[in-house]
Amino acid sequence: MKGMTLIVKKTTQLIAGIVFLYGIYIIVHGHLTPGGGFAGGVIVAGSFILLILAYGSDFMHLTREETGSTITENLGILLALMIALAGMITGIKVFFFNWLPHGTVGELVSAGVIPLYNIFVGMEVAASILTIFLALLIFKEEVTKW
Amino acid sequence: MELALSVILVLMILGALFAIHAKDLLSAVISCSIVGYGLVICFLLLRAPDLAIVQIVVETITLVIMVAVVLDSTRQEPFTKPDPHDYVAIATALLLIVSVFFLLKAATGSLDPFGEGSMRMAKHYIEGAADKTGSANLVTGVIFDFRGYDTLGEATVLVTAVLGALTILRIRGKK
Repeated sequence: MKGMTLIVKKTTQLIAGIVFLYGIYIIVHGHLTPGGGFAGGVIVAGSFILLILAYGSDFMHLTREETGSTITENLGILLALMIALAGMITGIKVFFFNWLPHGTVGELVSAGVIPLYNIFVGMEVAASILTIFLALLIFKEEVTKW
Repeated sequence: MELALSVILVLMILGALFAIHAKDLLSAVISCSIVGYGLVICFLLLRAPDLAIVQIVVETITLVIMVAVVLDSTRQEPFTKPDPHDYVAIATALLLIVSVFFLLKAATGSLDPFGEGSMRMAKHYIEGAADKTGSANLVTGVIFDFRGYDTLGEATVLVTAVLGALTILRIRGKK
């Protein structure tokens, strides 16, 4: 896939970082404001998709990028599962037990393990959306090349 | 509010119908997204900002991906006109529409009135969630604490979908 014009490239350059930061904000504040791991993860994936669409697929080496996103995705779901399993070791020994101290309601560091779940689920969602997009792009390029 | 919801639902149905009968693939994809964005407005009218954020973001990304995939592929779809003399098919379709309508009416008759129903379990969640989970956002508290299994299932479904997409779309093996 070819890149777009200079105007689109420049605008993307200015906007993509802000979109990425907004996704991180939505993920980290998931236990305080509307949003959370799923919505923020998709926004983070959107910033990468914006870059790839504007600059064309030669800009980043896509197959290497795809390997990285697959690893990130599997790591995210594995870590979330590990935190859930850790609840069976500590405290009252229940799967998905909230084993960290809860803190004051409404502060950024509070709610025990819920922010950690948000971060890892956001990581997993962002990487999986990006992986599907990259798989479709690589498939299209391989088809046109043959 | 019910009137506004009905208008948006009718628009969504029209968009879905147009997506089936559109001449080329690109306009079908774009008219299909009317359904998603209509759902966003429905969620906002029903005061569910969490769902609205997820829906609008997923809808936008899906639309972008679908347009990027569809854009250079074949536009024209073979379109066959339905035969007007096929009485059996038309009669079966009408019978199905009428019977499903009456079954749905009978099934929804026993529900609570719109916007008033609240189950015992939901009341329990709303009262105790902030103290029990420490999360100011009630929805996050429910999906990651009370209903943790559900969220784990959703995340696993996403991983499985990616595995399936990679398996189908890979022509040459990775070097």
